[in-house]
Amino acid sequence: MKILKYTLKKFIRMIILIVAVTISSFFLVTASPIDPVQSYVESGVAVSSEQREEIADYWGLNDTKTERFKSWFTKAIKGDMGQSLIYRRPVLSVIGEKFKASLVLMAMAWIISGVLGFTLGMVMGIFNGKPVDKIIKSVCIFLSSTPSFWLGMVFLIVFSVKLAWFPIGLSVPIGVSSEEVTIFQRMHHAILPALTLGFASFSNIALHTRVKIKEIMDSDYVLFAKARGESFLNIINRHIIRNAIIPAITLQFASISEIFGGSVLAEQVFSYTGLGQATVEAGIRGDIPLLLGIAIISSIFVFFGNFIADILYNTLDPRIRIGGIENE
Amino acid sequence: MSKRRTFFGILAFLFIISALLVGILIPDELINADFTVKNMPPSLDHIFGTDWLGRDMFLRTIKGLSLSIVIGMASSLISVLIAVILGMIAGSFPKYFDSLISLVIDLLMGIPHIVLLILISFAVSRGFKGVFIGIALTHWTSLARVVRGEVLQIRNEHYIKVSRKMGKSSFWIMKNHILPFVVPQAIVGGILLFPHAILHESSVTFLGFGLSPETPAIGIILSESMRYIATGYWWLAFFPGAMLVVTVILFDILGDFVKSLIVRE
Repeated sequence: MKILKYTLKKFIRMIILIVAVTISSFFLVTASPIDPVQSYVESGVAVSSEQREEIADYWGLNDTKTERFKSWFTKAIKGDMGQSLIYRRPVLSVIGEKFKASLVLMAMAWIISGVLGFTLGMVMGIFNGKPVDKIIKSVCIFLSSTPSFWLGMVFLIVFSVKLAWFPIGLSVPIGVSSEEVTIFQRMHHAILPALTLGFASFSNIALHTRVKIKEIMDSDYVLFAKARGESFLNIINRHIIRNAIIPAITLQFASISEIFGGSVLAEQVFSYTGLGQATVEAGIRGDIPLLLGIAIISSIFVFFGNFIADILYNTLDPRIRIGGIENE
Repeated sequence: MSKRRTFFGILAFLFIISALLVGILIPDELINADFTVKNMPPSLDHIFGTDWLGRDMFLRTIKGLSLSIVIGMASSLISVLIAVILGMIAGSFPKYFDSLISLVIDLLMGIPHIVLLILISFAVSRGFKGVFIGIALTHWTSLARVVRGEVLQIRNEHYIKVSRKMGKSSFWIMKNHILPFVVPQAIVGGILLFPHAILHESSVTFLGFGLSPETPAIGIILSESMRYIATGYWWLAFFPGAMLVVTVILFDILGDFVKSLIVRE
């Protein structure tokens, strides 16, 4: 029962936060001196007077701020977030399409950073203080100080320009229509950006896992296991992995925000046409509906990741389960 | 405290100060276009090579670095001030303020950082102002949490309770008992916050928000270099980015050093 109550509480908080993000993003983009109608014109897209009225009507440009928000919010909640100016389609359909491309990238990066981070963290923790630990730790510190876009540029220089293993850009091969693209072509184009993103974000989880494993290695139960004569592999399997994996998984779900932010940069470097690139385009060309839509959708994505992290943290490990074991 | 940490700490400090001063002192005339030496790979004359206009990349990089350091430091300073003020309010005022501030923190952390920076930059119609305000307003959250924790921890100490019984006002207690306790944390937090600030500054500038193409900030230099990557001019992208990484690592070292000096273990 307690866990249900906890979940509900967290869920309500998530909803409150999403509403708060929606309100503040709306006021941020509308506070901009960049006028939506004007930006449509400046972006070089021909706007007929009819469309101009449609835009002005949608944004209720003649109303007060709160009225504008009210009318926008009632439409948005029904799924009408307006028309994107750059893509000339409803915002939600643009986001849906771009999100699919980005999801391939982000999922690959997320798995790479999780697996690599946990494995390296485990190696560091087990060989604590030995040369292996010091070398990997230095690499982690180096990577966490590296801007992900620069890492991407270095990867491009090495793997695409010098070695020519991977294409230089674009999420699909040129001259192929989007229906004909095979899953392999998609993967091939996504590998380098995903590697960049994964490498740019694994150091955090590796360093955390390292500390955790060091704690476990120093614990009485590992000492006792050694004294019992358990093999090294058994100790790793039974004690170390089991104790270290839960915080790592939690951390990994909480890192979705960074992965998303990193994907904006990685997509820009690799000219990968996903949600990240759409964000930059929308920001630079003043596509207010799209920018607003992306801000809201991306934070729903992040909050959902945090929500899962919270729930996992409190359900997977019986010791920290709310109320303790005796209440079960 | 180990000698090694002191050595690297002082070295980091000297490097940052000299990059800052040299960058400010380099006159613009030195970075002139010279088409006779365009697109030169690194050599003894131009250790970072030259660009498509024959400008020396080393001078451009240092100049850009100093600009980025200035922006990073100024915005970190503002972030620290916000963190200290809000952290102290959350820790010492009624619970109501605490929940409100933690809601704001969750809110800021809920939007992916880059998207948030783009939003803020957009709201103030881009430009230098957009980058600066964006960086300054979004980096205080984790430090504010630390400050809040510290305040909550010490406000039940005996000396503060005694002070209150002796009729000192909340403001007096805050100024004389809590603030001195929080300041060292804030200084260390501020130095350790700088790497995030400068990385985000270079990222948004790289994406094309903020600084105009004429200002040689690291982000601008790198986004220009993007266009020359396919042609094999690797040095245009490699060295400026590497210098940025070095700066960030040095600030981390400096932060650890200062921490070992002023924060009680």
